[in-house]
Amino acid sequence: MRKCMLFLAFVFLSTSVFANVFIAKDCPCDDGTAIDLSWETCPLTEYVTIYRMNDDSKWEEIAKINQSSGTYKDSELEINKEYHYRLQVHFIDDDLFFEASAITIEQWFNTNKLGFLVILLLICFAIIYYIIAAQRGKEFFIRRISGLDSMEEAIGRATEKGKPILFVPGISDLDNIETIASLTILSQLAEKSAEYGTELIVPCRFSMVLSAAKEVVQEAYIRAGRADAYKADNIFYLTDDQFGFVAGIDGIMLREQPAANFFLGSFYAESLILAETGFSTGAIQTAGTAQAHQLPFFVVSCDYTLIGEELFAASAYLSKNPQQLGSLKGHDFGKIVIIILIIAGVILEILGYGFLKEFIVGAVS
Amino acid sequence: MKRNIPLVFAFVAGMLVILAEFIPHRPFNQIVSTLEGWFMIISGFAILLGQISLIRMNSNKIRHKLPDWQYSLAGLISFALMLIVGLLWGMQETHGILGEGLGIQAALGAKPFDYLFTNALLPLSSTLFSLLAFFIASAAYRAFIFRSFESNLLMITAVIVIIGRTSLGSMLTAGLPESLQFWHIPNLADFIMEYPNSAAQRAILVSAGLGIVGSSLRIILGIERSYLGGD
Repeated sequence: MRKCMLFLAFVFLSTSVFANVFIAKDCPCDDGTAIDLSWETCPLTEYVTIYRMNDDSKWEEIAKINQSSGTYKDSELEINKEYHYRLQVHFIDDDLFFEASAITIEQWFNTNKLGFLVILLLICFAIIYYIIAAQRGKEFFIRRISGLDSMEEAIGRATEKGKPILFVPGISDLDNIETIASLTILSQLAEKSAEYGTELIVPCRFSMVLSAAKEVVQEAYIRAGRADAYKADNIFYLTDDQFGFVAGIDGIMLREQPAANFFLGSFYAESLILAETGFSTGAIQTAGTAQAHQLPFFVVSCDYTLIGEELFAASAYLSKNPQQLGSLKGHDFGKIVIIILIIAGVILEILGYGFLKEFIVGAVS
Repeated sequence: MKRNIPLVFAFVAGMLVILAEFIPHRPFNQIVSTLEGWFMIISGFAILLGQISLIRMNSNKIRHKLPDWQYSLAGLISFALMLIVGLLWGMQETHGILGEGLGIQAALGAKPFDYLFTNALLPLSSTLFSLLAFFIASAAYRAFIFRSFESNLLMITAVIVIIGRTSLGSMLTAGLPESLQFWHIPNLADFIMEYPNSAAQRAILVSAGLGIVGSSLRIILGIERSYLGGD
């Protein structure tokens, strides 16, 4: 009986402590270029070496890992191809070999991003719903944005002083949504400056932004019925170099002494240099960016600052177009969704339920 | 037609990029990199527009002897100098029309373009960047003046963070017992940066993210057209 018990204990120990598993699986939710490898060997393992069979049917070492259990992602593989792997488990005096294989398959949907898709669709449907509601004549309350309300005041001041207005559309190229948002504001500003007959200066850092800005300003002047007042030379390229661009704008501010400065778009380290130089000239300044780190600098040095989403809401707000104003209401709905998710996530995590976090975190993994 | 074709392009490109975010299968997974490649090609050609604008604006100033025309002259000479030395002897690993310019390299220690870049442009950029320190001081002085409850709060918080990041902060409250370690100035500074500051920044980022979604949707659906010049 005792021998029998000892034998059973030996079998149990050998299957639990020394259980060795090596699995190769197609990486889920990817473009079919990766295979996930996982292994679980006994704790006495010193390290493991992973080999992949190459096209000449020879084993090629791809990784050496000091873990008895772990995972490894073999990426940059060919799509729809079977790959064979060998795991060499190194002990102090012996080695063990395991083999596994898997086929790379490209997927039609990245399930890791399901949570992201659900939230995106929810917000998009809300925005579209409010746009349609606005089209049907429903009026929405939109809170005042003093930075945008002051635009007319800034143009008026520039007109009274007979000085130009300076508009800087950020330092990013046209592929940045902040630059696009900036150009939409430029359109409204240019129309108003055309109506007032005030000169508008737009220095650009990139050629693409230059050509878009020229088009936007020219169309705005035509809309205002002042096509003759449009000066193509007032919208110009300075340089691609970040601080060269800043030096150029600082020079314009000191030489031309604009009565109103607008810094709207994407800004980085140069934000304070621009805003402080503008402050020293006594110009009325409005800034706006979604770069959270630059906002304090603008808040300190500018008269009005558009914070984050206000920059993106500006065009809709200024246009007074019901459809666009309706979309702003959709933003508010999105905020409510985010607030509910944050509160629900905190409560569920405290209670020990992690499914909501996993659902959301899956979106960024 | 002039307005509708760009709107169709914006809609199709926008929808494809959104789909590519969720579909890893071909051809969707290659769309973003393809579009980025197209953008780079268009940008490359558009650089010429920028150069033409630069030359035209500055030469107009020089021709009409407008105020401060000397700066325009300096700008154009610098532009021409960099362009010429770059074309003649290349830069870094690239060859120029006259090859590598080994003789000049031996004299300068680098190719003329690289020499000018390292010894003229970089110091100028660094000089301008260093001005930031003085601007931060003047801006901070204005922000921290006692005016209202908010500015007082800002000043107290800023002083804690500034002192907490220096050895003075550690020294001032070094004698605090273990139970009061939270009030040790460096710990307090860390707390401010890690919790209230991060929370505020994330709130701004989340709202900006929603703004981007809304703005993008307006552009994709063609509701927002002012970036095309129209209303």
